[in-house]
Amino acid sequence: MAQNEKTPPLKAETRNFNFHYGAFHALKNVNLPVVEKKVTALIGPSGCGKSTLLRSFNRMHDLYPGNRYEGEIVFHPDNTNIVDPKVDPIEVRMRIGMVFQKPNPFPKSIYENVAYGLKVRGEKSASVLDDRVESALRGASLWNEVKDRLDKPATALSGGQQQRLCIARCLATDPELLLFDEPTSALDPIATSNIEELITELRERVTILIVTHNMQQAARVSDYTAYMYIGELVEYGVTDDLFMKPKKQATEDYITGRFG
Amino acid sequence: MSSTPATAVSDRLSRKLSRNVRERAIELVLFLAASVSVLTTLGIIWILLVESYHFFEHVPLWDFLTDTMWTPLFSEPRYGILPLLLGTVTTSLVALAVAVPLGTVIAIFISEFASPRVREVVKPFLELLGGVPTIVYGYFALTVVSPVLQYFFPSLPGFSMLAAGLVMGIAIVPYISSLSEDAMRAVPMSLREGAYAMGSTRFQTAVRVVLPAAISGVLSAYILGISRAVGETMIVAVAAGMQPNFTMNPAEPAQTISAYIVQVAMGDLPHGSIGYQSIFAAGLSLMVLTLFFNVVGHLIRRRYREAY
Amino acid sequence: MNHQDIAAVRGIIRSNRRWDLFFAAAGFVALLLGVLAFVTLFGQMVLNGWERLNPDFFMSFPSRRAANAGILSAWVGSLLVMLVTAVSAVPLGVAAGVYLEEYAPKNLVTDIIEINVTNLAGVPSIVYGLLALGVFVYAFGFGQSILTAGLTLGLLILPVIIVATRESLRAIPVHVREGAYGCGATQWQVVRDHLVPYSTPGIMTGVIIGLSRAIGETAPIITIGALTFIAFLPASPISDTAPFINFQWLTSGFTVMPIQMFNWTSRPEEAFQQNAAAAGFILVFMTLMMNGLAIWLRYRLRKSISW
Repeated sequence: MAQNEKTPPLKAETRNFNFHYGAFHALKNVNLPVVEKKVTALIGPSGCGKSTLLRSFNRMHDLYPGNRYEGEIVFHPDNTNIVDPKVDPIEVRMRIGMVFQKPNPFPKSIYENVAYGLKVRGEKSASVLDDRVESALRGASLWNEVKDRLDKPATALSGGQQQRLCIARCLATDPELLLFDEPTSALDPIATSNIEELITELRERVTILIVTHNMQQAARVSDYTAYMYIGELVEYGVTDDLFMKPKKQATEDYITGRFG
Repeated sequence: MSSTPATAVSDRLSRKLSRNVRERAIELVLFLAASVSVLTTLGIIWILLVESYHFFEHVPLWDFLTDTMWTPLFSEPRYGILPLLLGTVTTSLVALAVAVPLGTVIAIFISEFASPRVREVVKPFLELLGGVPTIVYGYFALTVVSPVLQYFFPSLPGFSMLAAGLVMGIAIVPYISSLSEDAMRAVPMSLREGAYAMGSTRFQTAVRVVLPAAISGVLSAYILGISRAVGETMIVAVAAGMQPNFTMNPAEPAQTISAYIVQVAMGDLPHGSIGYQSIFAAGLSLMVLTLFFNVVGHLIRRRYREAY
Repeated sequence: MNHQDIAAVRGIIRSNRRWDLFFAAAGFVALLLGVLAFVTLFGQMVLNGWERLNPDFFMSFPSRRAANAGILSAWVGSLLVMLVTAVSAVPLGVAAGVYLEEYAPKNLVTDIIEINVTNLAGVPSIVYGLLALGVFVYAFGFGQSILTAGLTLGLLILPVIIVATRESLRAIPVHVREGAYGCGATQWQVVRDHLVPYSTPGIMTGVIIGLSRAIGETAPIITIGALTFIAFLPASPISDTAPFINFQWLTSGFTVMPIQMFNWTSRPEEAFQQNAAAAGFILVFMTLMMNGLAIWLRYRLRKSISW
């Protein structure tokens, strides 16, 4: 790991983190640093636990019975253990945004979608809402496409636009960490490159953790990459290093395509 | 095969022919079975229209729609549907005032709040409640709810639209809650995850995301509830009284359209008499009313149809 | 986000949570109201009708004296009417469901049938009574008989059976159909040997729910003019001389449980109210058993499915 170099400031890190779906031990002693204002990518074959790990960061697993966290996910600067049962999952989710694999806009207007998070936080002033909605949509490079039809249903947008809307929905609430769960797997190549461009821009503003099944994508957008395999973190490092000169044979097999 | 190849082929061909004939015959029989439902509808429309036509030969349509008296058994009978219509509308409104809030709250509770184990118990219980015969609800309204209401409001008569409507509401709750819950459960989990990921509480997720997403199905449930209330017969026949009453005051007794039909059918009106025809005119009004709500419901639903 | 912000967020969450709590309480109260209504309804009937629930009650005809009155003709009538209902509605409903799900081409006629089935489910039951009065009683001349009542209720529950049949057929995965066709079966053979047998539990669930609804239906039966005072039994369907089965009972006058209960409910005397309570208890007990059976069947079905 990158400990020997000058350690960059961390936004979050998992410490001996384990996760169980009922009897299934899905994540085993994962220690992953998430560097502040950088993009960290999680790669690995299907079923390796990368999505499970990502979803642990905003306690999505709490929605389903029989799931169990063990160990810590420490969130900086206040050193909160996100997965501590005593910590309110809603508080965690208010600080950490998430973009899902398939775009999931609410069946409301474009405006209402972006304003939703603010309304949940009790914001009522129309002028504040207008401003924040506009800047979030600009932030997600969607403003120019939708500014004339903010009151139209979000479900009428194209897949790529819907996904950018979901990003805008998160940006509106200024999250400290933004989680992306294979955000482009349901999109066409052009929409994918739009989203990738957006992620590159966003890194100036917010820490990003992204799961991707596409290694080129990880190489293009991320600063750090973690390779996972059957619930374990195999290798973590600066993206260029990990792709150019992986330390472990398993990682090399995977990124050179010799894997399964 | 023991036969020569040539006969085997012709044999197979003739078998194929008879097989095709049989398959087509079976399909025809099945189609006829499916048409029975259409015949039922046509039969209903035909019988209502024909008998009502005879009725309106004696009673001008205008009087039927505007007269405020319904006294078919008096020596000078008056046939104004309005009192029966008001009775139907009033009892239905009382019922819906109970059933819509209760049914919706229960549906949201089961779908979004209750644990799977609670749901496994509550859903069948509600279905059981929906299976109780309405005559039993009528008995309940008359012997339990009316006396209880009279205890709190001593001026309330023994028969009242209030008692009948309240119990009718309870009888309708299972329909509304069960159908609304189905609609909410059909909302994809990804929408809920999206809402929770934004930091929503359960209540916010349920009311701001799930309910709007399921609104088309929930409105269907309401429409079905209205249809049930409008057509409900035994509860009002037993507990609302049997006097036509031109009022919308739920604290008074009144007769509904359906209760009138029951009242006439209990007596022995000869086939072809105007009294006999009058129940078909009443039935036609009931159908028009039900149809009206269904069309309105359909339009509202189309307006709100959401794609998730 | 600094500490102050977190404090603010916590405040917001706390006030949002209050709604959670408030709503959970509201849901609980709403459910409690339902339970309360049911318990009072059932309890009142049990308490009131308890002393009438003895063998004599089941074996006596209705009578002008409440203490002698029983439900013999009513439960026999209900049984026979249900027999006609089941025999008419089950084959028709299953056949219609099979046609709509497996055979029907996508065209206007099919659309009309489908819309029609949906709409029929919303037609008030008393309107079926009017249909039966005009068509079965007078046009067909069946009179105010068990046959008329059974057919009326059969039409009434037809949509329930059709929908149940379609849903259970739809639940059978494509590969089962493909497997059967792959063996060279015709469409009818696939339906008869595979689809209908595999969907039987689901269809049965619908049939039971339909019949339990039919057994409690009062309004359409009153509408066809069924008498309320019947102190005789229809001719027995089974006779001791050849051919051992006769159909005289079909045209017989009759009464059924809910009508008997309605009759007693509308009498002012306290003693008849007791009879009504006892009859109501039996009626609810029967429908509960039937619904319970259906729910259990469906539960088992869901557990044992292993496509």
